[in-house]
Amino acid sequence: MTTPTLTTATPSTGIGAAPRTRLRDLLAAEWIKLWSLRSTAWVLGLSALFVIAANLKSARYTYDHYTVGEGDPTTMLQVALGDSFTVIAADVVMIVAGSVGALAVVGEYASGLIRTTLVAVPDRRAVITAKACVLTVVMLGYGVLTAGVSFVACQAVLADTHIGLSLAHPAALRFVAAAALFAPVCALAGFALGALIRHTAGAVVSTVLVLFFLPAFFNERYRWSADLLHAMPLQAWRRLSQVDLTHTLPVAHPATVAGSWATYAAWALASVAVAVAVVHRRDH
Amino acid sequence: MIEVTELTKRFGRTTAVDRLTFTVRPGHVTGFLGPNGAGKSTTLRLILGLNDPTGGTATVDGRPFRARSRGLRDVGALLDAGDVHGGRSGAAHLRALARSNAIPAARVEEVLHEVGLTKAAGRRIRGYSLGMRQRLGIAGALLGDPPVLLFDEPLNGLDPEGVLWVRGLFRRLAAEGRTVFVSSHMMAEMEHTADRLVVVGRGRLIADESLTEFAARAGHTDVTVRAAEPDRLAAVLTAAGATVRPGPDGALAVTGPDATRIGELALEHRLLLNSLTTRTASLEEAFMELTADSVEYLAGEPR
Repeated sequence: MTTPTLTTATPSTGIGAAPRTRLRDLLAAEWIKLWSLRSTAWVLGLSALFVIAANLKSARYTYDHYTVGEGDPTTMLQVALGDSFTVIAADVVMIVAGSVGALAVVGEYASGLIRTTLVAVPDRRAVITAKACVLTVVMLGYGVLTAGVSFVACQAVLADTHIGLSLAHPAALRFVAAAALFAPVCALAGFALGALIRHTAGAVVSTVLVLFFLPAFFNERYRWSADLLHAMPLQAWRRLSQVDLTHTLPVAHPATVAGSWATYAAWALASVAVAVAVVHRRDH
Repeated sequence: MIEVTELTKRFGRTTAVDRLTFTVRPGHVTGFLGPNGAGKSTTLRLILGLNDPTGGTATVDGRPFRARSRGLRDVGALLDAGDVHGGRSGAAHLRALARSNAIPAARVEEVLHEVGLTKAAGRRIRGYSLGMRQRLGIAGALLGDPPVLLFDEPLNGLDPEGVLWVRGLFRRLAAEGRTVFVSSHMMAEMEHTADRLVVVGRGRLIADESLTEFAARAGHTDVTVRAAEPDRLAAVLTAAGATVRPGPDGALAVTGPDATRIGELALEHRLLLNSLTTRTASLEEAFMELTADSVEYLAGEPR
């Protein structure tokens, strides 16, 4: 760095010399920003309680209506898993995570804070990367907590019926991982849409439309349609939460486990890339 | 130091900033003046790398602002007091800003004290008045103790005590050798704050000079005369090359000859004068006149 010749300002305060620019400082700043909004803790806390309660209710239903020894073991394995993270839980996580992700970036645009942020940190790619990293970590924590607590609590409810599982079961591990990772994937999708749309209501509505309603337009009868369907996070979660497809209706083009993991990864990476690219290029 | 060279920004067919060239030097408070819509805010955004120029360059201490990875230690800016999230407390807002630039948290307390927001720091910004938001924005600009400071209309919403405080602060920052660049659409605000002026109208440069030079160049004088026979006097003065306009109560506003010359002409023609007053246009009028000219000049051009 060259020393400017005409500036003669002498620092009068103890802010110290400029240290190396570290991503760690940006991560810490984004962490402060996220948690200094009261709504963050409320939305995540209340929705986590709701998700866990909904799953417990499902496990309780099975406990009340299941006679020990009934049904074949593979069916009951799927039932026990399904109770610990239901479709309702997945829908709630999807909408909450997608909205939190969208608001993480729209909150800056709608308020005008983005200009203050970018004057403090002109390296826009670093700002958005840091924001996405903090969002991912927080939503992964949210996913692990909701899916993990739901699983342990629901299997405890089902323990007496002898269909309860432990995490050591390979099917159980994949099921919980798919549920836990669903939250950050949806949050990052919302993040990208927020960066593209920059309007609070518009970003939240389109996030819900894309994550929730778009999969309904496709089916597994035709190759192209099945490919698009399998590229949706919701469908990927559905496939990953199925132990196998022996008890489902046969379809022409079923999803694969590997493909579903790839869908998760692709949405996460593409979302960050889109957000970084649009913020980097646009005028503020 | 801020150097702007041939800076141009077009939005569609509108040219917001048109080949603007000027330099803002350290050690002075430089006022950035122009009527609403003159391109002041756009220019500041171009300097701060928030907008990309259509043409030309803007550098801060020798390089474009966006070439830096962190900004607060080099440039402090208050663009709009509303550029904050209402749901955060003032302290949390500043803590996040400080942390992003590796500025110690203790500095947040210092700047809060400096702008007088220590008591309100824990409250959410949503409840702040415009004046308090201006103070918070100024606190943010001071965080990194930067050599260059930019403020866009910082006096809006401040009470008289606040206005005095801000003027004193700007002068002190300039006296410390910093570059202080302050925009306003009111000449009266700048008259008591700035010692240099950059004046723009319709995106073009009108003046880049010291306040005294500006006053001398732009300010014209005229003479108000009351006479017993105003019509005859007007004829005499017009014949001598003066521009004469009728004023209120039969007075004449004369531009061209000074008061002494008018007195001589009246004596030669045996005309009785009742009063003879020299009037110098205020800076405000000079500013209005200059910017009005620029608007007039541009209005005739094809868009």
